[in-house]
Amino acid sequence: MTLLDFARGPGFFCAFMIMIVGIVWRVSGLLMFRWRRDLSKARNPGPFTAVMGGLRTVAMRSVPPHELEKNITFQHFTGYAWHIGWFVTFLFLGAHLPFIRSILGFSWPNLPNGILLVITAITLGILLTLYIRRLFHPVLRVITDADDHISVLLTILPLITGIAAFGHWSPLGARYESVLAIHLLSVEALMVWLPFGKIFHFATGLLTRFRLGAAFIRRGVRA
Amino acid sequence: MLQDDARLIDYLRARGVSRRGFLKFCAAMTSAMALPPAMLPRVVQALEKARRPSVIWLPFQECTGCTESLTRAHGATLEQLIFEAISLDYQHTLQAAAGEAAELAKHEAMQANWGEYLLVVDGSIPLGNPAFCTVAGRSSVDLLTEAAKGAKAIIAVGTCASFGGIPMANPNPTQAVPVSEIIRDKPIVNVSGCPPIPVVITAVLTQILTFGKLPELDALGRPKVFYGQSIHDRCYRRPFYERGQFAESFDDEGARKGWCLYKLGCKGPVTYNACATVKWNNGTSFPIEAGHGCIGCAEPGFWDRGGFYDAMSVAHWGTAQDIAIAAGAGIAVGATAAVLARKKQADAGRDQHHSGLAASGPIPAERNKEQT
Repeated sequence: MTLLDFARGPGFFCAFMIMIVGIVWRVSGLLMFRWRRDLSKARNPGPFTAVMGGLRTVAMRSVPPHELEKNITFQHFTGYAWHIGWFVTFLFLGAHLPFIRSILGFSWPNLPNGILLVITAITLGILLTLYIRRLFHPVLRVITDADDHISVLLTILPLITGIAAFGHWSPLGARYESVLAIHLLSVEALMVWLPFGKIFHFATGLLTRFRLGAAFIRRGVRA
Repeated sequence: MLQDDARLIDYLRARGVSRRGFLKFCAAMTSAMALPPAMLPRVVQALEKARRPSVIWLPFQECTGCTESLTRAHGATLEQLIFEAISLDYQHTLQAAAGEAAELAKHEAMQANWGEYLLVVDGSIPLGNPAFCTVAGRSSVDLLTEAAKGAKAIIAVGTCASFGGIPMANPNPTQAVPVSEIIRDKPIVNVSGCPPIPVVITAVLTQILTFGKLPELDALGRPKVFYGQSIHDRCYRRPFYERGQFAESFDDEGARKGWCLYKLGCKGPVTYNACATVKWNNGTSFPIEAGHGCIGCAEPGFWDRGGFYDAMSVAHWGTAQDIAIAAGAGIAVGATAAVLARKKQADAGRDQHHSGLAASGPIPAERNKEQT
């Protein structure tokens, strides 16, 4: 079995299953966790207050707070930019669509490669810039742990290996199939890490903000 | 009547091959072997002086497609010319002799050219049961081992002989293996493909005739000159791949416009062969030019590498049932984690309650009295 056969076959299957088990494990664990009743008197009673408060916090935390605008605007909007670029590359590259169709049963037209190459290059540039900034920023450096490093690198790796595979580049003399296999393996590593690292915010991020907003409005907190 | 040890050029002349035809053959072979034009005189001189090499061709578990590829080439071709240049002393499909006479001819040729003949093998060799493939009551392993002993070199023609091919496909009922799994002490050239390109077989034979040595081989034992680049690298549809223009089905607008067949399962990017340059049917076209993706037949295990119509990017992610099982396992683990967490919460609450009482200590009697 070649490396590519492994990456397309048992490697991908195992990574996919670990990802499913991990996501369901963490989500179901959170849902079944003991939820303490808030015994305090609601400051803002009403039938939809909690929902409105939750949505408000989700919306408010999606833009930089005015007080911190000066310090975090760059990180905030570059964060948006690379997320969008990453997903556009994943969802609209021609080579990815047969894979998506094999799972969903349908797909959509791909974007021209020229456009995607620019988007991917910008995305990669932003990610690398943010990571380097994280390494040298006096505050970010202190609050960065191993989880951050692993999560960021596993997000960057598929982009780098993907560009190499797309361009049929052969670093160190590797053949295309080896580069493609490494790209697939890098995606598989990301899939395995997805439920267990900070990347899991894709599932919990908005829900956490919503829950926090609902609790805050009950207690009269503006946040 | 020419003597058996006559020069190759004499045979060609006797067969009516003109000087011009011979030079054309040499020029084509020089080009096919990617030699510089300056090497042409050397190829001509070498082939003029060369004796017709004896070739023993052993077919095992095969479909005769490789022989068909070489012999059914269109018109009077270079591939046919090579049959004039070699002494094909044993070949089931092509020889007139049969039965004991054929076997006798093979042994005579082997004895007469011991250590000098070329052994061509097509088909894989079954190890499961000797009776799976026998000739004259002898197993494939016996025949191959015997013939290989006196061979100068072995040319494994076709993917079956090179890598096991279709007989070795999962579940490999005959436990088929390629030639290289059995013979380890002789130089082997793998000319893979299902079938291989005729001119590649011819060029390998010519190379050995001309230079007396094997061509440079890749990691899989194939001549680099023909297997050094992928089909995709030399495909005329490559610009459409670069632009992201793909045919979505075999009869859509993209297919009619000749766009890239990647999404339709073309294995050109991971298949190394000369189809896109040498082409088939007298240089007419190759599968991709005919509108079908490459199936990767020159690569090991091509039959077991997923569907022919699955794109390279399609990976095996399981079935809906697998996902359901994984989700069930996830719920079980999540529930266990939640139960443990709840227990921990309850213990923590109890500890907090007890430690709260302990910290406050017994209520003084007078205070107790006041309170009461």
